[in-house]
Amino acid sequence: MMTDAAMSARERILGALRSNRPVGAHPLPELPHFPLDDGGDRTGYFLAALKSMGGKVFDGRPDEVLGARFPDAKQIASTVPEVAGNRDLTAVAHPRDLADIDVAVTRARFAIAETGTVALPDAVLGVNAVAYLAQHLVVLVDPAEILLTVQDAYRRPEMAAHAYLAFHTGPSATADIEGVLIHGAQGVRSLTVVLASR
Amino acid sequence: MSLSPDQPSGRRHGLHDLPHPDLQGADGQSARHEDGSRLVHAEASSRPLGSAQPATPAEPQPRGATEHGHHPIDHDEAARRFIAATEHEKMHDERLWDLRQKRDRQMHAIPEWEELRELASAIKLHALANLPEYLEQFETRAKANGIEVHWAETGAQHNEIVHGLLADHGAKSLIKSKSMLTEETGLRHYLQGKGIEIIETDLGERIQQLDDEAPSHIVVPATHKLRSDVAHLFAEKLGTDPDNRDANYLAEQQRQKTRPLILNADAGMTGANFAVAETGSFVVCTNEGNADLSANVPPLHIASIGVEKVIPRMADLGVFIRLLSRSALGSPITQYTSHFRGPRQGGRMHIVLVDNGRSARLGMEPFWTSLKCIRCGACMNTCPVYRRSGGLSYGATYSGPIGLILNPTFDRRKYSALPFASTLNGSCTNVCPVKINIHEQIFAWRKELAEEDEMAGGKRAMMKAAGALLSHPAMYRAAIRTTDSALRVLPHFVAGEFAGVWTKEGRDLPDAPPETFHSWYQRTHGRTGAE
Repeated sequence: MMTDAAMSARERILGALRSNRPVGAHPLPELPHFPLDDGGDRTGYFLAALKSMGGKVFDGRPDEVLGARFPDAKQIASTVPEVAGNRDLTAVAHPRDLADIDVAVTRARFAIAETGTVALPDAVLGVNAVAYLAQHLVVLVDPAEILLTVQDAYRRPEMAAHAYLAFHTGPSATADIEGVLIHGAQGVRSLTVVLASR
Repeated sequence: MSLSPDQPSGRRHGLHDLPHPDLQGADGQSARHEDGSRLVHAEASSRPLGSAQPATPAEPQPRGATEHGHHPIDHDEAARRFIAATEHEKMHDERLWDLRQKRDRQMHAIPEWEELRELASAIKLHALANLPEYLEQFETRAKANGIEVHWAETGAQHNEIVHGLLADHGAKSLIKSKSMLTEETGLRHYLQGKGIEIIETDLGERIQQLDDEAPSHIVVPATHKLRSDVAHLFAEKLGTDPDNRDANYLAEQQRQKTRPLILNADAGMTGANFAVAETGSFVVCTNEGNADLSANVPPLHIASIGVEKVIPRMADLGVFIRLLSRSALGSPITQYTSHFRGPRQGGRMHIVLVDNGRSARLGMEPFWTSLKCIRCGACMNTCPVYRRSGGLSYGATYSGPIGLILNPTFDRRKYSALPFASTLNGSCTNVCPVKINIHEQIFAWRKELAEEDEMAGGKRAMMKAAGALLSHPAMYRAAIRTTDSALRVLPHFVAGEFAGVWTKEGRDLPDAPPETFHSWYQRTHGRTGAE
């Protein structure tokens, strides 16, 4: 609900922007499509880019990868049928209740080869916060759903279809202290991608 | 992963941290690839930096410029102290130059780089020329998505709106991700005065909050600090081991201490890197994922967005996101690029659109194009003055070359000396992803401030003496555009006399070639110059 004062602030700001409008034609450019040479191996390009961003890649059945990589994991939240978790994300009263999750498993809506990115909309996360509160994140990617470039991603209808959609490119990272790179700054300590067709 | 004995592990704070051996480099080193090579993504340094054997006792951190109300900030004085702290200065200089070099490597890998810069600039110019229409479109779409939209003319108004929203929701604690806009408005101190507990969640920004300092860099806020400074600070404020300077230890401690505050916060706050008119959504880029925690854990999300952040189309992000992190850090993309289009189920989302001088700046020729800025910090990383003097020496929200342009629009008297903290070498302009002619605007500020008689006496006198030279188009071109003659002219007239410290001490300039281009051209082509 807007107060009268807020309404007038709006009108004053818009008025000032109108009266100070820069002169001259400033046309909106058409966006050309820029190609990317993936050497004929889009999946390989994606995986190499992901690894250079600190992501991990494992081959195998998702449930087996999970067991081998995180043998000590107790609390597992899964939103994919390939992996059985032991936490129900449809029955979370408050996101903070997910603070004890060891590993969260989900599936990317699509991926981007150029940067090694996985796209995670709210619909695949169940609870958005699980992708950050979990200690580790495992993401299934269908090789048929790897887009070539960031440009391609921003032309996908999903970008305008979700209340929340996050690109994850590797794990949470910081180098705020003397440039020393550390994974697990505030969010997940690791991001593991498993290739798995739908 | 080497943990010190007092490292929290297991279920401290009710949390299970499940460390994994391949997560972190051993003995305080940077994270590595599985083949053992150094990972250089995010804001990581691509090589070891600083002294192999840091001083014991540690060199104390030089503090920033002293502020006295509207009295002009003395950048020279603060810069001298930073340069005198040799370990800090060396680390800072090397660290930021490394980011510049990482940026160059990314640039060279993209054949269309210059075309992307042209597009980014054109899109921003178009958006700025049509801001009222795009803001209205953005507002309409955002409201349709279930977001409540507020407008603030000033920083103070913004702070009051945010406090009002917190009060409406009974919120006593706020977690936030880094936002230069909220630095501009002084939100942190304002809310603390209102009894709100406010926690910065970006590691660098949290360090700065605990030390009661402003961010010294718009992307890496604590980059002027050595790890010994952080160890000392955390020991005092967080109770960590004062003798443990391992960056892994320090970062992990901060994670462990901040997590409960995140979980129990009543509200979360972010800025925005871009707002998309077409969809009513906004984008936040971080490496730590802290904005996503701030937005997705508490029931209330408030986003503060400067009115200049609006771009027309979702597809435009295909230009800006490709440029932003590459320019800022030399990393292809930030670890997290998050698109918010509406509140999550059961949550509330508010946007505060903030003017705070932007609409006035839009009417300022030639400075209005500085509103194109996407806050990447590339101009800071490349600037020899910034790298040697540290961001806090500017005594302003925005430091470095872009700060020299922005700050005088907030307070002409207070920041009247800042446009002289530059060599006008033009490197800032060359690396700017949205092609702001930064060094030309810095020069334009010098002229404007001279005309307004806002300068300190000594600088005014020197400006007058060299005024003919610097305002004369031919000499201006010689100084700015011709590298060799610029090297001859700038140190003596511009850098030396106007920028003060930048040639008197600690400033290395290459020798000028024996002959200028102009004289070479005249000699070899046998004509008088077209000037």
